[in-house]
Order: sequence, then structure tokens, then C-alpha cells
Amino acid sequence: MLNRQGRETAPGAAAASEVDTFTGNRGLALEEPLIFEIGDSARTGVDLPAPPEVASRLAGLERELIGLPGLSEPEAVRHYTRLSRQNFAIDMGLFPLGSCTMKHNPRLNEKMARLPGFSDIHPLQPVDSVQGALELIAQLANWLKTLTGMPEVSMSPKAGAHGELCGMLAIRAAHEARGEARKVVLVPESAHGTNPATAAFCGYEVENIPATPAGRVDLAALKARLGPDVAAVMITNPNTCGLFEPDMSAISEAVHAAGAYVYCDGANFNAIVGRVRPGDLGVDAMHINLHKTFSTPHGGGGPGAGPVVFSAALAPFAPLPFVRHTGTHFELVEEEQAHGLGDAHAQSFGRMVAFHGQMGMFVRALSYMMSHGADGLRQVAEDAVLNANYVLRSLEDVMTAPFGASGPCMHEALFDDSFLEGTGVTTLDIAKALIDEGYHPMTMYFPLVVHGAMLIEPTETESKAALDQFIATLRSLVARAKAGEAEHFKAAPHLAPRRRLDETLAARKPVLSWAPSA
Amino acid sequence: MRYLPLTADDRAAMLGRIGASSVDDLFRDVPAAARLSGPVEGLPLHMSEMEVERALSAMARRNLTATHVPFFLGCGAYKHHVPASVDHLIQRGEFLTSYTPYQPEIAQGTLQYLFEFQTQVARLTGMEVANASMYDGSTACVEAIFMARRVTRRAKALLSAGLHPHYVSVAKTLTHFTDDEVVASVPVLTEGAPGDDIAALIAAIDDETSCVVVQNPNLFGHVADLSELAARCHEKGALLVAVVTEAVALGAIRSPGAMGADIVVGEGQSIGGGLSFGGPYLGLFACNNRHVRQMPGRLCGETVDAAGRRGFVLTLSTREQHIRREKATSNICTNSGLISLAFTIHMSLLGEKGLRDLAALNHARAVQVAERLAAIPGVELLNGPFFNEFTLRLAVEARPAIRRMADAGVLGGVALGRLYPGEASLANGVVVAVTETQTDEDVDELVAAYEEAVSC
Repeated sequence: MLNRQGRETAPGAAAASEVDTFTGNRGLALEEPLIFEIGDSARTGVDLPAPPEVASRLAGLERELIGLPGLSEPEAVRHYTRLSRQNFAIDMGLFPLGSCTMKHNPRLNEKMARLPGFSDIHPLQPVDSVQGALELIAQLANWLKTLTGMPEVSMSPKAGAHGELCGMLAIRAAHEARGEARKVVLVPESAHGTNPATAAFCGYEVENIPATPAGRVDLAALKARLGPDVAAVMITNPNTCGLFEPDMSAISEAVHAAGAYVYCDGANFNAIVGRVRPGDLGVDAMHINLHKTFSTPHGGGGPGAGPVVFSAALAPFAPLPFVRHTGTHFELVEEEQAHGLGDAHAQSFGRMVAFHGQMGMFVRALSYMMSHGADGLRQVAEDAVLNANYVLRSLEDVMTAPFGASGPCMHEALFDDSFLEGTGVTTLDIAKALIDEGYHPMTMYFPLVVHGAMLIEPTETESKAALDQFIATLRSLVARAKAGEAEHFKAAPHLAPRRRLDETLAARKPVLSWAPSA
Repeated sequence: MRYLPLTADDRAAMLGRIGASSVDDLFRDVPAAARLSGPVEGLPLHMSEMEVERALSAMARRNLTATHVPFFLGCGAYKHHVPASVDHLIQRGEFLTSYTPYQPEIAQGTLQYLFEFQTQVARLTGMEVANASMYDGSTACVEAIFMARRVTRRAKALLSAGLHPHYVSVAKTLTHFTDDEVVASVPVLTEGAPGDDIAALIAAIDDETSCVVVQNPNLFGHVADLSELAARCHEKGALLVAVVTEAVALGAIRSPGAMGADIVVGEGQSIGGGLSFGGPYLGLFACNNRHVRQMPGRLCGETVDAAGRRGFVLTLSTREQHIRREKATSNICTNSGLISLAFTIHMSLLGEKGLRDLAALNHARAVQVAERLAAIPGVELLNGPFFNEFTLRLAVEARPAIRRMADAGVLGGVALGRLYPGEASLANGVVVAVTETQTDEDVDELVAAYEEAVSC
């Protein structure tokens, strides 16, 4: 087995030895102690002027010892630089994480977000002093409305799941305004785990709708369940099997005819941006994960941003605050009392976050949108879909694609583990073996509708050469699994900063903060 | 298209491998009526890097920035100096462009700093355990209310009048459709203790109360001892939720944990984060070990690898949405990863000594500025105890006065009329925040601006 540098991968050679030093570099295999083990309460990496002499006004509530270690600046820079090198990142290699959409993060976006005019303004400054910021929000809102074909958008949700909450609260408010107390939300099997959690958070009962053998929503089952107690259907399109729901318009019609609304999980909007407007498919509310479609970085877990677009039916219920253009300047409408007659948000369900949303992410997303333009965004969707289909068709002879016969996939290629039957190798083992080959593992065990799922999303920012190399690596791993090399897979990863970690121990005996050893 | 590596030849070759005649063929599941042809109408075509910079810089220039004018705004978002190394380190690609650490073997960098972050937050708040962060302070606050319901099996939350009104709004919005009841009252600008209603809260606790939510220092800057409130909550079987919107205060004031709080939530933007017009911010969430399984959000824990070495993983995920679906503790599926990194780096640089010095400097400067402003006829300082933020009552309505100051290039505070638009009794109030960032000249300009504001 050759690695990407053309050298033999050597199980165990580099990694398995016991660590006997905490002094720092071991060659470039880094071991880094915790700040609590190297810091000191008397040391600091900041220089501050001495405070003026004044009588304290803290009412005798002065603080006792906190227990915080301090590092000098060079110590801190080394500590975090060393830690950074124990991470895999999109800057280092292909990150084929299905449904998570790990694409190139342009640094222009970072530079723009750090312009003091955006990064150094306060959310409660007089609105006349932040006209440029409000203009940016309005312009991003316009791009989102135009790309989705929806008349209204709320910018305040802080993440995709927060956007789901926003959409479902608007749906609940719309039913309440009609005096209807509908109790049930239908969620297809292939939905993200956040969907049922969100519906429950809004006080709904959740019922599942099965998938067809072809990986789509079972339209007949959905229609049969619709009734006067159903408030909404939460659907993901393209769905988590990487497929477009061809019956989307029929689903919307049936849902609307039953007096319910269609919530679309827009996490996979990157597959259709510039090619399909969800508004044309009858969607009533949809969140857009700015990081997935518009390249704001994942940052090791966040922050994201989850603006929600609304149909005309739901627009009046969208949350506060919102930006309004008066013809000469921008206003920020923050309070229900400030509504004028005929205002778009006249029946707003209220405020769902302290300020106005993720401004830093808005700047990055708009910078990316402007860089691509209407022409480039369409190309984004096309290349993402092309890359995913290329991976699907290049691997389906050696791996099993449960819906491969259903036609093209969208932006992600789904495989299951039936090709591993009898090898003793599991989906998890393949994932961990990919680490040794220089790749982040694909998404595992999701979607739940197939066994041992492997969901691969290359995104549009990977070259054909990178895909060819990745495909060759997977083909070689499959060959090794089938050749009876299960032991190699079971012990993987061999070349990562850590071998397999004991997650059961962590959950059984939680150690969630540092304490000095006894 | 500088971000797209495929060439026309690549695309043709790939379509050949797939067996598709055109890219359009790959979109054949989309109903023909919904397929767009050509670039989306109503949007511009792509721009060069230079053109994007020009367009966005022009928008940025139309904002009055905290860097460039005397700046004294707080109320949940604070301007502090962040060491240059913080932003440099968080921009390392291995942090910036990495994913949620679900593959722990190649995410030890992120996991270790989350473990360090959790420990720092636990110590700062005086609690046993903290999570890996939430969206912001306001959403952490409503999650604490939901958590108190799960712990106590009661549904009535009492919210202090000194709690940030936006936090109150968020709590009311998100509990509107659940069976939670949120009780909040309008604040009163009492001399010595604006917004303080601890006695009233104690009187209101009953057998239905799940929690009392109190901010310290409160929106008006008032600092209070929460010990008696905590004791009375516990007598009645309710939890005390303490909210901190200015994390630097934790370097000066006795911790909420030491005062008996059961859950501490807060906004961590002050340390390591920028103002950024309100986001992204950093929700802090801490509690004691006995309640950890009811906690929302991600948690990082220590474990060992197959070779016996210490390592870190995300843990207790059976509380989370991807496992429990509709029975999860919350629908939250993220944390403010990069902002928590900025926080933990800044906090490591400060350490015990730096944080205490920073807090002392903030407090002393604020006392100085408060005394100078209070000496102006027509300006009244309402606070007795405060940390770095205080409330003034002006002889004139505050909102137009603050707007006029901004027109003249001084950002002089947050007018309470902005936060409580319907409340005439608060219309002359303004909250002023003082940190280490203002110069003596800034303070002189602020004093002159207030003198002028109350004289007309």
C-alpha cells in the first residue's frame, strides 16, 4: 500500500510508542500539555497600565482566587500553534464529509470581515451611524431572496438549527393567528436529527414518514397521514441520501391543501443554488447554512449562521429585528410597537436572539457571493453535483451504492456497507483507515435509512486530479479489505496524533474539566 | 472563477465517465418547470478580488467605528483590547478551516482547547462543569430556563427586572409555545440600585417556581450579592440562574457559584471577541456535576487512546439531537467553536494576574468617569455599587441626546429608550460602559458631549 507521497504506509512505525516527554517537540510529532500544567497564576502575556487610585465600588463583593493559569506571549503562541497541528482541516486536504460541506474558505472573506467598519461596531449604536452595516444586511438579504425565489428573509438565526426553530415558530404563529391548534409535525426518515428536536422544542408531536426503496419521501404515505391535526412537514431537499425529491411540487400541493406548511431544511442548498429556486417548488420556509453554501469557515464547530427565507404566507410572522429601507436610509425595526400598518412583519413572533444575527458571517457570505456572481453560483452547484456523480460512478463497481440505480445523485454520493460483508471490516474501520491515507473520513452511519452508510461530498472546490487520487485510495482500501487485511483496518489510524480513542470510557466516567492529579 | 478548479476539459471528461450528455442531465430529477436557465436574474455577475474589496470597503466606511471615535457603549456587548496574537492564532487554517471534532484522532487540537476552555469557564463562574459554548448569552439564558424545567419538573421562571430586555424577549419568544411560564417585570431606576429587585424576587418564589434568573452586574451596572436569593431559591426547590453579560467582571466580583447559583450563563464576547455588530458571540454555560446530564450543548471529555495516551473526545452525546432526536435536551447542533478559541487564548494570555489587573483597571476607570459625569449639572449617577458600567439620569430625554452625540462623533452610551421604547419612566436613562480602551482624551470628549447634551 503506497501513501500519497508514494511511500509504503508503515503500520505502527511512527505512532505506537509511549510518550515519555512533555517538553515539546518530538521531531514534529507534537505532544502538548494542558495550559493548567504549564501556566502559572503569576505569569501573564498582557501588559496593562496601572489602574488609577480610586475607592472601590464593588460593595465588598471582591473576588477570591479563581485558579487561572497564565502564559507569556511566546508560550501561548507555541501552545496554540502546536495544538493547531494536531487538527485536520480543509486547508490541508480533501474533506469529503457528506452533508457537512467542507469547501475551500477564501481568505478574502476573512479580510473583509475584519474591516473595522464591520468588526468594530456595536449592535446598539444609533442606526444613523451604522448605515453601511444595515446596507450590507439588506444586500445579503436580497441575494438570498433572489436565489431562493422567496419574498422575505429573516437574518437573525445564529445557526442552521436555530433557523429551523425560526421557521417552525413562524409556522406555529401562523396557525395560532388562524385560531388553529395543530399538534403534529411530519418528519421523513431521512431528515437531519435537528428536525425532530426542533419540532419538539416548539411544542409539537413528531411523526416519522417512511422513505421509499429509492430513497425518496413516500408520497402516498405522506398524503395518507395529512389531516387537520398536521401543522407542517419538515423535508430536506436535496435529501440526506443525496437525492433530489422529484415529487416536491406534489408534496407542497398536498400539504397546502391540508392547511399545513412546508418547512424545507436548506442545509443542502449548495447542490441547487443558481439552478433551482425553492420558492418555485412551494416551500414556505427554509434555512440556509451560510457556511455550507457560501463558504464561511466551520471554525472547528462554529459559529455558523442560518438565515431563513419565507413564503408570502409566513412572511408576516417572521421574527424581529429586521432592516427596512425608507427610500433614503436604512432602519432597524426592533420592536413590535414600531410597526406601521401594512408592515411586512406585522404579526412577528418576536425576537429570538439578543442582537441582529451573525454579522461577521454575513460579510464573509456576501464577499463569496459577489466573487461568484449569479453566473458563478450556478457553476458552484453544477461542479458540486458533477464531482459527486464522478465519485459515485467511479466507485460503484467496488462499493455498494444503495440508490445508484435511482439516477444521478446531487452533491453527495451515498454508499452502504454491504460490499464489506464477510471481510470483518466495518464502515468505521474504512473511515479510520482513510485518516492514514491523508483524508478526513467521510460521514458515517448517516443517513439512518441505510446500514453502515458512507456519505461522500467532495464539493465544487476539488480538482479532478484530487478526486482521481481519492478514488484510487478508496479502491485500494476496498481491495485490502477484501484481501483479508482486517487487522490493519482494526488498528487504524496508525499515523494520527492519537490511535483510536475510548469514547465509552469518556461517557461512563466523564472528566469534563482539569483537576490536578492527587 | 478563481475558487473552481475544474476546467472545461475536466468537465467533459468527467461527464464521459459518468455517462451523461451534459450537466443538465444530472439535474433531471428537478421538474423541468423549476429548472432555471442561465444566471439568476436580478443579481450581478462575478467580480474580481479587487472589485469585491472595493464594494465592501465602501459599505464599511459608512459606519462609525469604535476604533475611531470616543466609544462608551455596553449593555451586553463590550469593546476590549484583544492582543494581536489572538486573531493571528485563530486564523491558522488548522483551526479556522477544520470541522466539528467528530473524528477525535485528527481533531485533538480543537478538542484539547475545548477542554481547556471548559475548565477556564468553570473556574471563572465558580461552577464544576461548563459546556463547549452556545450561540450567545441570550440563547444560553433561555436554554438555562429549559434546563431548570427538566431538573425541577416545574415550569415557572421568574426573570429579574435587571435582566437585559433582549434576553427577556428571547425567553418570552421561545417559551411562548411550550408550557413554560415566564414572569418578568419592568425595571425601576432606583437610586443606588437601578434595576435591583432581589427582595421582590424572593417574595415571589413559590412552589411552582422552576428558577429565578438574575443578571449580575445587571443591565444598569448594579452589582448585588446573590447569596440570600440563592438560599431562598433552594429552600423552595427552585434553581438560581445567574447571567453574566460582561465576562471581565468575573475577574473582580465574587463568582456566581460562590454566591450559590445552580446554573451560570453568560456572554463571553468580552474576552477575545470583537463587537462585530452583535455576532458571532459566545454563549457561556456552566453548572454543577449533578445536573450535567440535563445540560444542553456539546461537551468535551478526557479519555485514553488505544496506546494508553491521554486524549479528548466529544462526550455525553446521548443528550444531543443527533442521538435523541425529539427527546434531546435541545436542538442545538453547534457551538461557537472559533470564538471559544479566541476566548481561551485571550484568557490564557491574561491568566489569573492579567484578568484581575484588567478587571481592576476597568473598574477604576469607570469609577473615575462616573464621578466626572456625575459632577455635571443635569446628570445624575444612579448606581451605588457597579463594575465598569453605570446608569445616568439626564435632565433631558436620552435617546435624541445620544443620537446628537453620535452625529458629533462621540458614541456616549446606550439610551434606555432604545431598549425600552414604551417606557416613559426610563426615557431619560442612559447606560455608560467604560473599559481599558478609552484614552483620557476620549473621556474629556465624553464629558464635553454630556455637558452640551444637558445644556440644550
